[in-house]
Amino acid sequence: MLILRALLLCLLCTGAARAETLRDWVNALGEADAAEKRELLAKIAASGNEKTDAVFDAVSRGALYRDRRSNAVVLAERDGSSYQLRDVLSGEDLGTAGRRDVRRVAIDNSLRAELQSLQAIARLSSESVEQRADAIAAVLAAPTDAALKALAAREPLESDAALQDQIAIGLALQALSRGDAQNIMTALKTLRGRVDPTVRAALLALESRQELPQTVRDEASRLLLLAENRLLWLSRLESLFFGLSLGSVLLLSAVGLAITFGVMGVINMAHGELIMLGAYTTWVLQQWLPGQPGVALLLAIPFAFLVSAIVGLIIERGVIRFLYGRPLETLLATFGISLILQQAVRSIFSPLNRSVLTPEWLAGSWEITAGLSLTYNRMAILLFSLLVFAGLLTLMRYTRLGLQVRAVAQNRAMARALGVRSSRVDALTFALGSGVAGVAGVALSQLTNVGPNLGQSYIIDSFLVVVFGGVGNLWGTLVAAFSLGVANKVIEPLAGAVLAKIVLLVFLILFLQRRPQGLFPGTGREDSH
Amino acid sequence: MSASALFTGDRASGLTVTLLLGLAVVVPLLNLLLPQESMFALSSYSVSLLGKYLCYALLALALDLLWGYAGLLSLGHGAFFALGGYAMGMYLMRQIGSRGVYGDPELPDFMIFLDWQELPWYWLGFDSFPFAMAMALLIPGILALVFGWLAFRSRVGGVYFSIMTQAMTFALMLAFFRNEMGFGGNNGLTDFKDVLGFDLQSDAVRCGLFVVTALTLLGSYLACRKMLTTRFGSVIIALRDGESRVRFLGYSVASYKLVVFVISAMLAGLAGALYVPQVGIINPGEFAPLNSIEIAIWVAVGGRGTLHGAMLGAVIIAAAETLLTAQLPELWLFALGALFLLVTLFLPRGFAGLLGGRHDD
Repeated sequence: MLILRALLLCLLCTGAARAETLRDWVNALGEADAAEKRELLAKIAASGNEKTDAVFDAVSRGALYRDRRSNAVVLAERDGSSYQLRDVLSGEDLGTAGRRDVRRVAIDNSLRAELQSLQAIARLSSESVEQRADAIAAVLAAPTDAALKALAAREPLESDAALQDQIAIGLALQALSRGDAQNIMTALKTLRGRVDPTVRAALLALESRQELPQTVRDEASRLLLLAENRLLWLSRLESLFFGLSLGSVLLLSAVGLAITFGVMGVINMAHGELIMLGAYTTWVLQQWLPGQPGVALLLAIPFAFLVSAIVGLIIERGVIRFLYGRPLETLLATFGISLILQQAVRSIFSPLNRSVLTPEWLAGSWEITAGLSLTYNRMAILLFSLLVFAGLLTLMRYTRLGLQVRAVAQNRAMARALGVRSSRVDALTFALGSGVAGVAGVALSQLTNVGPNLGQSYIIDSFLVVVFGGVGNLWGTLVAAFSLGVANKVIEPLAGAVLAKIVLLVFLILFLQRRPQGLFPGTGREDSH
Repeated sequence: MSASALFTGDRASGLTVTLLLGLAVVVPLLNLLLPQESMFALSSYSVSLLGKYLCYALLALALDLLWGYAGLLSLGHGAFFALGGYAMGMYLMRQIGSRGVYGDPELPDFMIFLDWQELPWYWLGFDSFPFAMAMALLIPGILALVFGWLAFRSRVGGVYFSIMTQAMTFALMLAFFRNEMGFGGNNGLTDFKDVLGFDLQSDAVRCGLFVVTALTLLGSYLACRKMLTTRFGSVIIALRDGESRVRFLGYSVASYKLVVFVISAMLAGLAGALYVPQVGIINPGEFAPLNSIEIAIWVAVGGRGTLHGAMLGAVIIAAAETLLTAQLPELWLFALGALFLLVTLFLPRGFAGLLGGRHDD
């Protein structure tokens, strides 16, 4: 207890002492000559007190005056023929003074030039992170010995990890261009594994500096090679992520089809429009809940499922049920439905694209290191697609409905004989697949424009994913979606986006002609009618 | 089965022949001889429009041969049509010569725009009309041959064949949208001046193109009819109705399918080649999957498995589209969608079935 109290006292003392010294230095400015002023300002800058900013502000505005009556240095604003005085550090009102009572603390030009750098040093210990970041950038942009020294002193004190990192890199880069061989070697250790363009440029410059010893230059080229290598890996990781992200989009858009087409054998060309309805549901909910895009987005998941499931139910009861066993007719009829849905949306919501807002918690990206950042919305959709897939898989495997669906798919007559109401199962299965399409629409609304043509852009891809994976096999759909997504993003840098898509389409066409059952042939309902 | 259909279809076929011949004679007369003010006079615009419908009828004929008789629904026939159209378009492009905006005697305008220095190799030869016409038939034919060979050899059929042909036309659409392909990218080929030295804008040439289209359609119709009466035709129809039986009887199913597919693709290419000079443009939009599905609905509405029905369906729907998109553009997609539903649900034999003609199903 005693120790604690002593410590507290001690802290108070130093705090008071520091405030006093700062005030002393400020007051000393009034009588100092040019050289002394420079020294005083440097001391003020290095003091680390957050009040220093006000002092520098006043100095650079020329608002610092010496009050001849008290010999204190104060902030003075001219007000008619008199001056309004305020305390520099606390801003407390000190009354007025006549013109002859005060004298401006003049600053010569060479000192003025240094002011900015001094102020930057002062701001290194500012409270606000942004101001500190600006100060670090300012110090590194015009590095003086004093500023770099202050920066080096600041490094261990900096609480923000990113800024501390920035300081370390900045100091190391300074050391590369100014230091001797010994300093450079130390700095190179800090820069090991960094891939920022500035670091690579500095390393490149170092490599060609003939006056340095060979070992230093060799070390620089080694680090450069390391950085290039790392960069290559990072870009590979990034395209892997983009591929997985595209795969998740494909999975979402295809997984509903894996139920309706894969398990039931119904060619539903309106599947894309069911996705579109889900996306529009999100938009409508966001209009109903203005200012709460996040809540609306979460609410949209069950709502979109319901909307698309109901529309799907109507389609199945109204049209598809009459066409079982006639796949080509089903194709044409559902295509007609897709045209009607598209035009309906166009008439109701206008043909223009609607923009669905991204809630704050999905905006932005996760910077893993320089050169690799993943956007939150894509990560969320990747996760979401896996959740939807897992949910569907569980439903098919462990629920009564799932069991009935599989039973009807494998042998309709036997299932009926055992008391399964196959026509009801058909309707529910189709509604389930349609509802999942609606949920996919909610996710896709975060990535693309929501318009009447949204569905069309996914329908061909979705069918190919399901067929590639093997009809009637949910796992096949998963593998197909992710492998196509990753393959697309791997080919893209080599051939361009459009050509990558063409190459994949041609590959798929050829693959399916060699292996029409897809990757993982499953048990569909092809011949149960 | 096929024989009975052809006999009962005789009246319809006689009507079709008369109608097409009549059109080939009457339309030019109404356009060229009657003064513009006359109420029976046809404007040149209408002549080209009618010519366009007949091209669609030829396209529907091609698909009906494949779908209605061999039971293979291709959702990529728009691609064969467009390829034929591009071959014709390339010939017409080369005929522009130095009359383009940039006045280059060798390169089409869009290549100058893209700063290309010389004609790509695949454009060589397209200044010759016979070569271009041969390509309009051969390129769709070869594509169908390769695609069909791969598909039929591994017994891809039914819905899978449909989805894959759709993917094929989708891939081609993406490819033709690229400027680097050298086919005018997004804008396609247009600004044609003349064909075989005749001005494309003149009334006489428009009428001439119409007559050629009508006669080509007539010839193709008769040739298809003839083909279906032969033993080859019987095998094709048998294939549709019982593929396994035909296979067990010792026929090479894949080869028969392949031949029909190639013939059908070449007919579609021919339709495309006739279409382009009459509408004056060909662009990648023709490859859009929607276009190909529309062809299927022409055939379904008209009545698949009857050649004249398919042709009629194409003309009726295309005419309805022209009317509706001009008057009530909002309604067109509703109407088309409803048509898809009604025909598949209630009119499995299309209009031809409705009109009482027997059908060889």
